[in-house]
Amino acid sequence: MNITRNAKRWGSLAAIAIAGSVVLTSCAANEGNASDTANDSGLSGTIVGGGASSQGVAQEAWVAAFQTANPDVTVEYDPTGSGTGRDNFIAGANWFTGSDRAFKDDELAEDNFAGCVPGTPIVEIPAYISPIAVIFNLDGIDSLNMDAATIAGVLKGDITNWNDPAIASQNEGVELPDLAITAVHRSDESGTTENLAEYLAAAAPDVWTAEVSGDWAWDGGEAAQGTSGVVDAVSGGTGTIGYADASRAGDLGTVAVQVGAEYVEYSAEAAAAIVDASPIVEGRDEVDLAIELDRTSEAEGVYPIVLISYLIACSEYEETERAELVQAYLDYVISDEGQQAAADAAGTAPISSSLFEKAKAAVDSIK
Amino acid sequence: MSQASATDRALPNTYAAGLLGKRVPLYVLGAAFLISAVSFFLIGLAEGGSFNIVGVVLVTALLYMAGIYVTSLLIEGRRKATDRLVTALVGTAFVVALLPLISLVYTVIINGTARFDLEFFTYSMRNIVGEGGGIVHAIVGTLLMTLTAALISVPIGLLAAIYLVEYGRGTLARAITFFVDVMTGIPSIVAGLFAYSVFAIFFGPGIKLGIAGAIALSVLMIPIVVRSCEDMLKLVPNELREAAYALGVPKWLTVMKVVLPTSIAGIMTGVTLAIARVIGETAPLLVAAGFTNNLNYNLTEGRMQSLPVLVYNQYVSQGSVPQAYLDRAWAGALTLILIVMVLNLAARLIAKYFAPKTGR
Amino acid sequence: MTTPATASRIKAKQRLGDRIFSSTALTAGSLILAILAAVAAFLMVESVPALTEDPEDVAILSGQPFWSYVAPLVFGTIWSAALALLMAVPVSIGIALFISHYAPRKLAAGLGYIIDLLAAVPSVVFGLWGANVLAPAVLPLYTWLTENLGWIPFFAPPASGTGRTILTAAIVLAVMILPIITALTREVFLQTPVLHEEAALALGATRWEMIRTAVLPFGKPGIISASMLGLGRALGETMAVAMVLSASGGVTFALLTSTNPGTIAANIALRFPEAFGTNINLLIATGLILFAITLVVNMIARWIIGRRKEFSGAN
Repeated sequence: MNITRNAKRWGSLAAIAIAGSVVLTSCAANEGNASDTANDSGLSGTIVGGGASSQGVAQEAWVAAFQTANPDVTVEYDPTGSGTGRDNFIAGANWFTGSDRAFKDDELAEDNFAGCVPGTPIVEIPAYISPIAVIFNLDGIDSLNMDAATIAGVLKGDITNWNDPAIASQNEGVELPDLAITAVHRSDESGTTENLAEYLAAAAPDVWTAEVSGDWAWDGGEAAQGTSGVVDAVSGGTGTIGYADASRAGDLGTVAVQVGAEYVEYSAEAAAAIVDASPIVEGRDEVDLAIELDRTSEAEGVYPIVLISYLIACSEYEETERAELVQAYLDYVISDEGQQAAADAAGTAPISSSLFEKAKAAVDSIK
Repeated sequence: MSQASATDRALPNTYAAGLLGKRVPLYVLGAAFLISAVSFFLIGLAEGGSFNIVGVVLVTALLYMAGIYVTSLLIEGRRKATDRLVTALVGTAFVVALLPLISLVYTVIINGTARFDLEFFTYSMRNIVGEGGGIVHAIVGTLLMTLTAALISVPIGLLAAIYLVEYGRGTLARAITFFVDVMTGIPSIVAGLFAYSVFAIFFGPGIKLGIAGAIALSVLMIPIVVRSCEDMLKLVPNELREAAYALGVPKWLTVMKVVLPTSIAGIMTGVTLAIARVIGETAPLLVAAGFTNNLNYNLTEGRMQSLPVLVYNQYVSQGSVPQAYLDRAWAGALTLILIVMVLNLAARLIAKYFAPKTGR
Repeated sequence: MTTPATASRIKAKQRLGDRIFSSTALTAGSLILAILAAVAAFLMVESVPALTEDPEDVAILSGQPFWSYVAPLVFGTIWSAALALLMAVPVSIGIALFISHYAPRKLAAGLGYIIDLLAAVPSVVFGLWGANVLAPAVLPLYTWLTENLGWIPFFAPPASGTGRTILTAAIVLAVMILPIITALTREVFLQTPVLHEEAALALGATRWEMIRTAVLPFGKPGIISASMLGLGRALGETMAVAMVLSASGGVTFALLTSTNPGTIAANIALRFPEAFGTNINLLIATGLILFAITLVVNMIARWIIGRRKEFSGAN
């Protein structure tokens, strides 16, 4: 035993503690500089939102730009999934929510939104329009033509080889390999799956006989977690095919989908076009812009496999300070800059000017 | 003990050492390596693929086993041949275990250095879209939660160990020993679910807090601390205790002034290793503390990011510039491994430099 | 033993300090039992809604009864852990023997430390490595196996296009439990009575014969309990499996196809961040089942170790 060494020992402990506290009191170079920049908007506070993870990247872009313009505001968008987001919105915990579907009529009829003034309508804006690409990985082939029935057959596992006549007949001149198809689908429940299933069920009802849901309906095939998982799986394998947000298609081959007599490649314009070609759900308040997508539309230049995600807010808040902040945030989201920021970050399709007019009116009505 | 093998190395004995010369196994190994390397090189050339190192190592091992068995069988007989085959198998087992370790360390270093820069350690992920950003918020969260977990578990663990070593008798002590051992096997995600449940019952569902993460970690940490402290306290020679009692020192003072100072080095080593063990936990924090892009110093309010969860999150939800997210994930993994290594090293240094002189 | 136990106790003076200190220590000890009980209790309370609720109202169940949702997950958990154990135990015994009886003594400690390094790697890093390095690397092997040995049910074609099968997950798990099993078996092998080993060698046994007749019989209970502990760890491992395995559910013994059962722990980690309402209770209920399984496995392992301690206490 050497008692005198105790002093040294505690000395070194103290040194560690000091070093630790230095680390803990330092702060990130990109945070806490609110006082440095002029705050011209006069807004301050924390907006609590959350919901669809499909909007995650776009929300990150919106939040970043909005927080930069309003340094005293923090927006927390928690990508907890649409279901949680709607639940939390109903409970009043989320000031606004991102959701892959609009509220249903019976949900609206219950009218028990804790954060909103009872009896007032809900603002629902389809501000996130994203084409879903059917992606594949075949050496030397960048694009293939397929109709809905073929896509459905391939994805559910009925068509098992790339040189199947169903594919070959639509792709004359393309040399298809004799290779097994590995179809990749999402293992988690997702809006991407749901929207794809909705399209296939509408356009190829004979092949896609399963009920439309966010969970993959068929046995077999490769399952992958999240959009990244699917993209990883498709690009990592050979002869693989899957579906993902078009922004993540990258260098992978993509399927041009048959609409009418044409085969349409995905593009932002083509995706926005289907929203304009679809009617707004009838019988709702004019601030509620829920859209009934016309998946079987044969209009020219329309890309039918799109994911539409809503931003949902109260039209009249119980707490007025919420209204001001949410209004400012949504106003930015639907603006040209906001839509462009999302397009750059997440590859979404900016909303058309006619939709913008209606959305602007809805946002302005928030109080 | 390998004493037996040591002796037969010291005294070369033709009966034990075998009839094959000392060099023969080396020749066989060399030949095996040459054959497998050349054939893999040719296959690589033919298919235009890259040189498969793992394949070479495995095929070398197989060829060596076959070669040495046949050679030995012809010259030394069946028993010797089996002995040599087992020696080769045992050596191969070790090499097989090294392969993933080397591959893992190599990939983490290669991929992790892409973003191992100043911005990575000075930025959080707030307002970051796509490239750039850093892990300050995750490091702060990891430190806060792990230190809090240590603050909870070290006193409980140490006192429990003192009870087991100095006081514990009978059924209760046996039960505690048994269940501490069982508790080391609790899956980390169950600890996370437990912490979540506790807070969900009192604060409503969906709650995610830094302190919940810390509690989940301490559930995992307590049994480790108890075990290592118990072992260390048991190492304290009884003569020291008896000497203290003989001088009329009360038992609690004996423990405080004699037993603990004697074993403090071992206890600190054990605690450091326990911290190293839980600092890499992902699942409990994912469930209990959630994830966020913002810096959060407050354990009792709001979500808290941690380094392992950040790595997982960057990997799982990549944005439109996937490479940026992957780079951050790998760099985070590299940071995490470095932290764990430093802690392990620190534990060893503490054990070495602060160890009491027992005079033996 | 640790404290002096005299046959005829002289009643020591009861000091306040002693009483406070010993009762604090006792409280801390009992607290551990309380925590373990609390873990079980809170999980049970939170799982009740999942069992009582109508399955139609739990989104994840989508109508099927609770047990038919859990059964494939339990199968996947046990199946992947068993595969991992099958790979890890022989290799671990080999490494332990290598370190204890083959490697030069000077190197042995260093080699042990290298294996321990594997235990220090966080599971999320194993996940990254397994998904990005291991899965693509084993893909050609899987294709070859399904093409040439496809008649064996385990290798039934078609091979997965990504390599993220249950076998890959099991390999990662095996690597992760290697250090635990190795460390424990190594300790046991080192405790083999030297006299037994020397006796075997003196009778003319080769080194392998010595190990077979002296070391392995002595170490058998140790190997079994170490394997059980490894099994417990493999059953509960979460992140590595969540990141590597592409789980599509269902019960199948095929190792290389793209249809793989999930595991309880990985399923919780993947579903929890987006779960809401009774789904959370459902996931906690599956966690409770995992807790029960690992508890039983660990208790058996500890019971074996404990029995052996009493037996070898005579030495």
